[in-house]
Amino acid sequence: MLDLLLSTLLDLLTLKHMTFMMVGVTVGLVIGVLPGLGGIAGLSLLLPFIYGMDQTSALAMLIGLVAVVPTADTFSSILMGIPGSSASQATVLDGFPLARQGEAARALAAAFFASMLGGMFGAVVLTAAVLAARPIILAFGSAELFMLTLFGLSTVAALSGGNLAKGVAAACLGLAFGMIGAAPATGEYRMDFDTLYLSDGLPLVIVGLGIFALPEMFDLLRGGGAIAKQGQSLGRGWFQGVRDVIRNPGLVLRCSGIGALIGAIPGIGGSVVDWIAYSHAMQTSKDRSQYGKGEIRGVIAPESANNAVQGGALLPTLLFGIPGSGSMAIFLAGMILLGLQPGPSMAERDLNITYTIIWSLAIANLLGTALCIALAPGIAKLTLVRYTLIAPFMVMVLCFAAFQATRSYYDLLALVAVGVLGVFMRRFGWSRPAFLIGFVLSLGAERYLYQAVQFSGWDFLTRPLVLVILALTLLSLWAGLRKSSGSGAINTEGAAEDSRASRMWPQLAFAAVVLGLFVFTFAEGMKNSYLALMFPVAVACVGGACALWVLFWQSRGAVAAGSANFDTEAEAKDYGPWPFLGWFLGIVALTGLIGFFAALVLFFLAFLRVVARCPWWQVLVLTAAACTFLLVLASSLNLLFPGGVLQAHVDLPWPLR
Amino acid sequence: MTKLHRRTLLGAAGAATLATPAIAQAPVTFAGRTIEFVIPFAEAGGSDVWARFLAPFLSRHLPGQPNVIVRNVPGGGSITGSNDWAQRARPDGSSLFGPSASTHLPFLLGDRRVRYDYANWTPVIVSPTGGVVWVSTRTGITDGADIARLRGQELVFPSQGATGFDLVPILALHLLGLNVRYVFGMRGRGEARIAVERGDGSIDHQTTPAYLSQVVPLVQAGQGVPLFSYGLPDAQGNIQRDPSFPDIPTFEEVYQRMHNRAPEGQAYEAYRAASIAAFAGQKPAVLLKSTPAPIIAAYRRAFEDMVADPELKARGETVLGVYPQAVGDAAESLYRHATTISPEAREWARNFLTTHHNVRF
Repeated sequence: MLDLLLSTLLDLLTLKHMTFMMVGVTVGLVIGVLPGLGGIAGLSLLLPFIYGMDQTSALAMLIGLVAVVPTADTFSSILMGIPGSSASQATVLDGFPLARQGEAARALAAAFFASMLGGMFGAVVLTAAVLAARPIILAFGSAELFMLTLFGLSTVAALSGGNLAKGVAAACLGLAFGMIGAAPATGEYRMDFDTLYLSDGLPLVIVGLGIFALPEMFDLLRGGGAIAKQGQSLGRGWFQGVRDVIRNPGLVLRCSGIGALIGAIPGIGGSVVDWIAYSHAMQTSKDRSQYGKGEIRGVIAPESANNAVQGGALLPTLLFGIPGSGSMAIFLAGMILLGLQPGPSMAERDLNITYTIIWSLAIANLLGTALCIALAPGIAKLTLVRYTLIAPFMVMVLCFAAFQATRSYYDLLALVAVGVLGVFMRRFGWSRPAFLIGFVLSLGAERYLYQAVQFSGWDFLTRPLVLVILALTLLSLWAGLRKSSGSGAINTEGAAEDSRASRMWPQLAFAAVVLGLFVFTFAEGMKNSYLALMFPVAVACVGGACALWVLFWQSRGAVAAGSANFDTEAEAKDYGPWPFLGWFLGIVALTGLIGFFAALVLFFLAFLRVVARCPWWQVLVLTAAACTFLLVLASSLNLLFPGGVLQAHVDLPWPLR
Repeated sequence: MTKLHRRTLLGAAGAATLATPAIAQAPVTFAGRTIEFVIPFAEAGGSDVWARFLAPFLSRHLPGQPNVIVRNVPGGGSITGSNDWAQRARPDGSSLFGPSASTHLPFLLGDRRVRYDYANWTPVIVSPTGGVVWVSTRTGITDGADIARLRGQELVFPSQGATGFDLVPILALHLLGLNVRYVFGMRGRGEARIAVERGDGSIDHQTTPAYLSQVVPLVQAGQGVPLFSYGLPDAQGNIQRDPSFPDIPTFEEVYQRMHNRAPEGQAYEAYRAASIAAFAGQKPAVLLKSTPAPIIAAYRRAFEDMVADPELKARGETVLGVYPQAVGDAAESLYRHATTISPEAREWARNFLTTHHNVRF
């Protein structure tokens, strides 16, 4: 075995193989930096090129990309407050406040260093486990997976913000949104308004971008200045960041372990790992007052977990041919195109392939971290640029990322709808992390509960592993609720003390809308047969009760409402986010008329001239740069942009088509 | 980029159709063009891999060696992309479409969301695959020949859903008279397979590549037993043993042995249509039927040359298996079997799904 480890390493360390790995790492870096685009988009970009490549080069290239995305996606999470991919959503909570306080360098250094350690941990786990992981993976059946989704949901207790009822209602709302589409037990369509688009459910990318990125972008635009507050420098704190990681060895180790384990169990997926790690960091901290305001442990935890996921996720992919995530599915497709068929043989006859993959993972993590650190000072300067100059680029990338989901115009509409919800949730202090956790775990919770009961009846609750996870869940609940009503409550949506309103009606109206959504969920749920109605109805009842509870307190007046009173706009003197939402609606509507590319050009010209007040030469240069970038990206992905009314009637050349 | 090429191509095609035989003789060439191979599924997954594997070979063998790109149009379990292609494609050979089992079955069952019609398309290749139904040895049998002994017990089948791919084993096991409980909501055959390996389920089916790489090791370890394969139809439409599993009997053989007569009737017709749609005729590549004949002929020839390409044979095993790739007349015949069903059999299948699995059409 040691011989094989060494020989595969030497084989990989040739100029040719390393060159291809660098190609993967570089593409991964670019894709990771761009918000919303993750491993799926990156691997689809590389897939056409592996034709005719030798296996080692191709694997090194693909793994190079997979390994680097969760490192590079930290840039936009920390610097822009926009999750770079679904793996680094939790990093935003503390990373972005750190950047605004001028500690971007420290946060980035801590994140990259933690990412590298996590990635290395994942590679080590893979090396050790590939020979023995089959029984571990087999031990997690539907019953255990259901308990794991409950464990994931228990983190809501820690992430529900200042008011538990609002947090639970937000999680229920996420669960309800996650149930759009076919019911797992019967295939009946729920809440899909009889449209093909919603029959597959809302894409995660769109929910993530809508709920986090759009509200953040509008908020930054309102501020008018740059992201980093005036007079802050970025250069300080590099060593501080690395020291922060070294001071928390236990946290890094535990979070890497969580990441690798969750990654290895097919069916849960990597998109909640960052939240689980984040809430773990919080639950195990003595002083929780800084979480959500710029606590470095809140950056270290998710970042060490999300790189470790990749090593874990390769286990079911290689051993069972079951991809644990979207990017693993594409990696699997790449393997098949290379003539490799994953299966038990990957731990026997094809062990050399497995070791090549492991070495690639380890080396790519090192290379990726080095590159990120080298590039960081340059990229970090973006936070000193006037945000009105950055915003149109963000709009472009967000729209592009959104319609990567299904490549239809509806993707943009869905983004706007979820974005509006996100704006209100942010304003009124309904925890968006809780919403997202609910959304991600929704179908899993329903599917695995139904399957567990079908396979083994309610006896499944007595299985040993189920009981262990149940105990962990209770522990996590306890740790999350401890002190959470007092000063230790985390503010996922900003400082509660600055957000006491005297005018209550906007909050009351929003709470009433939330209640209305639950009533709708209940009504839609009742239309189904027994097996498909239980979950929506139960979620609607719990969520509805919480919403009523919030309404009750809010209706008692501004002071009596206590922690239910939360309105970041209470003291606002401007027009709120609405003018900018209007701009965004403008580009979406224009896309519906004349297609995305033409709409984007007009949007750039208008926005830069009117909002950013740039001189014409600057407007033209920036617009041209944006178009070039978009065309290069779209042509390498063979992408058609969503068309509008114009395209339906007139035949136009690409990219206007 | 593609559009400009398409425009010139359209012009050439138009000239070929409008003009009399003298010009139609002019050889079709795609030099400098970009051909789209449209797949109604997301990246990764069987159809995407298949198309990406074939694309460079197609490019090599089409006259003029055009650039062939794979365009994924996912959504609605492949109905979105198929409706879209049916509505938008132009009869100029610039776009090739690759539907699959999940596209065929809703069409055969008369799903109301379907807006495409296979009769408007013509196949240039059909790539078959196969499938095997197998049980865990926890059921107490260690030899597929003992299948009759399964009658006394309830089998548990982890399934993705009754109207998709799993419709085929659902109908087969119904015909055999076995008592099977279906647990729906699996996210892929892989999950179902480990549910059986783990002991939660007891019966499962897998397509050829997954069976060979994942189930054969279980069979060798004494944990699983194959019951039957779905087989492949020959030129006359008679089901023959699958060349990947010459030792595994077909469903028809097993039925004969259990019931002492050949299967027949609406139920069997429905099974057969679904089985060929989902397996033997799983992956066709089609052009619009209204495409000018010389262009269709050029594509036919390209695919014939392609499947004879020694490099395709050498590299294709993980993607295409050992199956003979149907081109020319063979493709037509297989395509017809895979995409047609008698109105009576369709009605029977719809009724069956409504009564047994609460499916609403």
